[in-house]
Amino acid sequence: MRIIKLLYEIEKEDFVKAGQASSEVKKVLKQLGVSSEITRRVSIATYEAEMNIVIHSFGGKIEVEIDINKIIITARDRGPGIENIDLAMQEGYTTASEKVRELGFGAGMGLPNIKRCADEFYINSIIDEYTELKITTYL
Amino acid sequence: MNLRQVVALLNADVLTGKDFLDREVHTAFACDLMSDVLTFSENSTILLTGLVNTHTVRTAEMMDIGAIVFVRNKKPDKETLKLAEEIGIVTMTTEKILYTSCGILFNQGLKGAYIHR
Repeated sequence: MRIIKLLYEIEKEDFVKAGQASSEVKKVLKQLGVSSEITRRVSIATYEAEMNIVIHSFGGKIEVEIDINKIIITARDRGPGIENIDLAMQEGYTTASEKVRELGFGAGMGLPNIKRCADEFYINSIIDEYTELKITTYL
Repeated sequence: MNLRQVVALLNADVLTGKDFLDREVHTAFACDLMSDVLTFSENSTILLTGLVNTHTVRTAEMMDIGAIVFVRNKKPDKETLKLAEEIGIVTMTTEKILYTSCGILFNQGLKGAYIHR
């Protein structure tokens, strides 16, 4: 299989469109015949990453690379960056607003859940520049 | 338990996915916090919630949850229902509160979803 690349622009605070990119990724994985277990794990991680960009960032993009033996999701935003990554990785720690919580998010479970769904998880953030997540799942 | 039985037990109105009422559910998860719903991973689960925005349906889609019960007579807007119909998720609404709905289904043998840790 050739490497398939998909790219999605994610807008800040666009709660109407939020989830569409993840939904499309899920459809593509299904069409490619990826197992339902892996499809679910990748979809959850992508959705959490997409919601994080919508909720916490100035906007960003999600890139999906699918090749013969792995799927790599790269989510990169345009800041403001995470001050303390160790704290952000703790279950229950959140900086989300009341509005976001009313939508059912902002429980401080996103990043830990992404890590749980991934085979390999990488996070890097520079204040006032970006946050980048790389989520690798082996097929 | 299939969804037809759930509809009867909760005296619910089916909103979308009327063709899929033979779908089986083996466990249930009840929550208004989609962040928490996204942390469990199991097939054939039914979600009971009072949260009626598009993210309830999106969350169900990502988790392969085939059915959602909206409690306290809550109904999502048209856009959300359209999305559920497109994805093939059965949605229904019941007048009963979350606690009562869960109790009725639990009494009939539907256990809680297993949470992955």
